[in-house]
Amino acid sequence: MPLDAAPQPPAILVENLCVRFERRGQPEISAVNGVSFSLDRGKVLTILGESGSGKSVSLKALMGLLPPFARVSGRIEIAGRDILKLPASKLAQVRGGEISMIFQEPMSALDPVYTIGQQIAETIVQHEGTDQSTAMARARQLLERVAIPSAARRLKNYPHEMSGGMRQRAMIALALACNPSVLLADEPTTALDVTVQIQILMLLRELQQDLGMAIVFVTHDVGVAAEISDRMAVMYAGRFVETGTVREVMHEARHPYTAGLLSSTVHGGLRNQGELRTIPGSPPSLAALPPGCHFMPRCREAVSRCASEPPVVVPNPGAMVRCVHAEAQHPAGGAPA
Amino acid sequence: MQTAHQSAPDKRDRGGAAQPLLIVENLRKHFPVRGGLLNRQIATVQAVDDVSFSVRKGETLGIVGESGCGKSTTARLLMNLIKPDAGTTIFDGDGVGEAGGITVTALRRQMQMVFQDSYSSLNPRLTMVESIAYAPRMHGLPAREATRRAESLLAQVGLNPAQFGRRYPHELSGGQRQRVNIARALALEPRLVIFDEAVSALDKSVEAQVLNLLNELKARLNLTYLFISHDLNVVEYISDRVLVMYLGRVVETGPATEIYSRPRHPYTRALLASKPTLDPDRRTTVLPLTGDPPNPINPPSGCRFRTRCAYAQPRCAEIVPPLAAPLDTLAGAEPEHLVACIVPEAQAAAEIVHAA
Repeated sequence: MPLDAAPQPPAILVENLCVRFERRGQPEISAVNGVSFSLDRGKVLTILGESGSGKSVSLKALMGLLPPFARVSGRIEIAGRDILKLPASKLAQVRGGEISMIFQEPMSALDPVYTIGQQIAETIVQHEGTDQSTAMARARQLLERVAIPSAARRLKNYPHEMSGGMRQRAMIALALACNPSVLLADEPTTALDVTVQIQILMLLRELQQDLGMAIVFVTHDVGVAAEISDRMAVMYAGRFVETGTVREVMHEARHPYTAGLLSSTVHGGLRNQGELRTIPGSPPSLAALPPGCHFMPRCREAVSRCASEPPVVVPNPGAMVRCVHAEAQHPAGGAPA
Repeated sequence: MQTAHQSAPDKRDRGGAAQPLLIVENLRKHFPVRGGLLNRQIATVQAVDDVSFSVRKGETLGIVGESGCGKSTTARLLMNLIKPDAGTTIFDGDGVGEAGGITVTALRRQMQMVFQDSYSSLNPRLTMVESIAYAPRMHGLPAREATRRAESLLAQVGLNPAQFGRRYPHELSGGQRQRVNIARALALEPRLVIFDEAVSALDKSVEAQVLNLLNELKARLNLTYLFISHDLNVVEYISDRVLVMYLGRVVETGPATEIYSRPRHPYTRALLASKPTLDPDRRTTVLPLTGDPPNPINPPSGCRFRTRCAYAQPRCAEIVPPLAAPLDTLAGAEPEHLVACIVPEAQAAAEIVHAA
């Protein structure tokens, strides 16, 4: 495996990202509570989590897409610039240029009244100031790059004239229009059929290697994570509870939540194997998080110490576990974050 | 309420154990597509085309397929939520809606359905107990008894009636709401329950809880399930037999273990090969299938899968392949495995089907 230590700065660096939603008359929601990671070009980090874990909110915070009542704090560095400190005009350049995003629902990401070609060309003209015909030619190349058949004809299609898989490809082409160094992917295959999902995953894998992008990929699906990730971060109640390489996390899960999530996922060959192993209960309300380890109320291995802030244990470089039990095995753990 | 079904025979059981609980023959539903100047019919969506199958007493039949394959339409046709264009449904020997058969109202007492969206299938202005008690009251049970039955059902699906009975749908999580929907489906003591993507919207840890609950209820209440899902792993886990659908037709059917270990239809094999492996060391490297499923408005002639099939031959466009025993079946082999494919090489091809 290639080393993570690259001479250039990481494509994206996130430090202590927090997102709170404060609206009058409603309880304060702590959606993201101190997320940190860095990712080099050419790598895929998957954020795996269930609904309400804060994975999509984190992604939207990176893209600056949260509504005004969201309080975002921390540090988000893209190509060495802290984008939380950028003025709106500069942010618009970074967004869609250096960093871009693909979504679960291409119909809501694409404009229904413009053709695919117009939308891609508009992005290129906006960011690079090229003329329309150059931009249109680039748009055609992009559609070819994402393996849309008869690209020249498809440029003139409106989103509703395409099938789900084709729309997803068109949205990827749009996101790639300005050669971003970071691509954010928010469950881009969740709404697709399984035979189309694998096509899109293989396409993203290929594009990411060819173009050397960093991809932050959010999913709830362990199988999808296994197909696409280099690194994985498991998120629960607004925090990363475990990070590591995809093999570390999938083969030797250290956090009880990761282990529970992996074992409760229905996979092949479970017929006649009796009851499925489950995680009891359901995730906590983000408006009233339990003190200490947020997973404690559902954890079969909980001990009294879990009621206080869990330690951040670093079992080996690049990996992290937030659990008292990991501390016993790796006593050289870091300080609580 | 739940009488000891397993020991005492169900009084409603008419044909005995050997008679299938549900027989569906040549079910068809084509939806008109209207448009143009006078809003005339310009095309038809062949949502369900000539589908036949049976569900045995006490088994779980899984229906699996991609979007547009007609699996949900089939469920709605069975419940008479939409009217079929053609086909017959026989419930425990009685023709549904036929003279001398069983009426749709009577059928719905014995056949209930759980939908994917747990929130939209509950009335937001009724408490959980009111929602569950509603159908029994409509079918003539006194209010007090209906409430008692609702509370007992809540307990059976793992929700404390004292804690959850007076709550409204928005006060519950998705998993809890789906438990209520299951309780509500059981309120009329049905014999057959249809689950249409009933666990698909749930988180994985909750999905596993609900699947365990379904298995437990099935054994306890002597139920029969029709389980519809796009999730191949869930269908494998819960089903005794499986029906694979593609563009409105059945392409393969058989015991779950057969279908998952020896799939004969090239579509079934591609579907299984498309599953993510769950193992980063064995990632998918060969694309099992290219393109999207074709539009069901103008499905391909003959075998509907032929446009994506690597083994397609000219005659696949001419013949609608019948659902029949695999061509290489030996005498005495599994007689229930049926496949709708006429190309021997396509049935026999040993593509890699990973076990993940």
